[in-house]
Amino acid sequence: MQLDEIQKRLLREVADLHEVPEGAYNIRSNSQSAGRRSTANIEIVSKEEVSGLEVRIRPGTKRESVHIPVVMTESGLKEVVYNDFYVGEDADVVIVAGCGIDNCGNQDSQHDGIHRFYLSRGAKVRYVEKHYGSGDGKGKRILNPGTEVYQAEDSVMEMEMVQIKGVDDTVRTTTAVLAAGAKLTVRERLMTHGEQRAESTYVVELNGEGASADVVSRSVARDRSFQKFDAKIIGNAPCNGHTECDSIIMDQGRILAVPGLEANHVDASLFHEAAIGKIAGEQLIKLMTLGLTEAEAEEQIINGFLR
Amino acid sequence: MLELKNISFQVDSEGKGKEIIRNISMTVPDRKLIVVTGPNGGGKSTLAKLIAGIEKPTGGRIFFGGEDITDKSITERARMGIGYAFQQPVRFKGIRVLDLIRIAAGKSLTIAEACEYLSSVGLCARDYVDREVNASLSGGELKRIEIATVLARNAKLSVFDEPEAGIDLWSFRNLIDVFRRMRETIKDSSILIISHQERILNIADEIIVIKDGVVDRQGLRDEVYPSLNAGTAALASMECEGQIRAMGPEGGAE
Repeated sequence: MQLDEIQKRLLREVADLHEVPEGAYNIRSNSQSAGRRSTANIEIVSKEEVSGLEVRIRPGTKRESVHIPVVMTESGLKEVVYNDFYVGEDADVVIVAGCGIDNCGNQDSQHDGIHRFYLSRGAKVRYVEKHYGSGDGKGKRILNPGTEVYQAEDSVMEMEMVQIKGVDDTVRTTTAVLAAGAKLTVRERLMTHGEQRAESTYVVELNGEGASADVVSRSVARDRSFQKFDAKIIGNAPCNGHTECDSIIMDQGRILAVPGLEANHVDASLFHEAAIGKIAGEQLIKLMTLGLTEAEAEEQIINGFLR
Repeated sequence: MLELKNISFQVDSEGKGKEIIRNISMTVPDRKLIVVTGPNGGGKSTLAKLIAGIEKPTGGRIFFGGEDITDKSITERARMGIGYAFQQPVRFKGIRVLDLIRIAAGKSLTIAEACEYLSSVGLCARDYVDREVNASLSGGELKRIEIATVLARNAKLSVFDEPEAGIDLWSFRNLIDVFRRMRETIKDSSILIISHQERILNIADEIIVIKDGVVDRQGLRDEVYPSLNAGTAALASMECEGQIRAMGPEGGAE
């Protein structure tokens, strides 16, 4: 596997990878596979009709991980990739995806990753997805992730999505369908700068007794950037749902939060919270009395908020 | 040494200027613990904010270590060695107690070092270092963490604005010990505490009584303290003391 320094840097940003990962992996670089390994329990194969992967995780697989980072360093690349994950009964795995784009050219670079997760009964997945953009070209860095999650009884999905720097345009769409006893938690952290736009839409259906979902977004919109957070939870059974959007706006940043709840069963219990505001003046003052400048104080507050 | 010379502070109130502080001059000498007391609304907290740089005086000059700091920012004053504990501590989402103490110390403390500051304000350190300084902490816990951040600064002048406010009796006893220890190890630094509390007044070297925006009395504790006990306006407003007494010796609920 040959990766140059920029590609290695992107890999560090999106997957915390310094070397070839342990466990199963596929590294996609400029639309080519730059390395792949399956393990005894996790099989990764290429799709035939479309670009993408099929990842099959055997029932009962414990404490194994799958890394599928994507890096793009050629300006003007546009790709749509379909990755499907089949997670066997009672498996317990970590899946790390992520996309880093370095665009020094004048043409837009775009990666649309469509991920589908099929969790069998009792399966547990921790899914981490990081997005990162760099490069000073005029071409935009565009990422449009689509995620579909299908959870069988008593399965658990924990999703952590992070996009802190450098992505110009994102439309994220996440849908999840949960059977009885299944549990979904989403932690999204987002920061936008400049003229960036980020939209995030969630539709979660709680279809079985005891299903639960907790979708929490923390975000910071700086400069003239715009964010839209649209989270909808539908309760079709005795279930628990919670969605929260907690945001800081700075400069001329704008945020639109559209929490939505739909209860179709008398024992569905659904909550939403949304709060948008600038950094509290007293927080800045407190850190300044500890010797930080206003800019340093701001940085600490944001770092903490997006931790 | 901190010197306030002819400090005034005026705010706009319904189109009219309202004087909160009127021509106050006072000195906080090195190696001394000074307690500022007096009725509520008399301007004590404003005085603390003027010292920390959170408010700017509308008249007069402030000197610290001989240097005129009147036009210096909060950050500059903090870096010169002025520490300030808020009466109502600020909450932060995502910032941990450990982070705040490290920021206060201005260096990367080990967890053990940070824990010492927490222990000294009566918090079981291991339970708190990783907690976020957010709404999950009680008022009393926040207050103690606030004081720990000021201890961690090793400031030349530490200003505490009503440290007893919002704190339970058990914590309060600890607090007195904290100030006693600070007084014993004061070296060349100085401490200014705004308080109504009899027990805090008791450990003062000097007491300054502020009333209606002016210094009503000032002097050594033994000179000023008896007059406070004689049923003056300052004592009449010591409602905190009344609450703590009412809880009894083993009381302590917040």
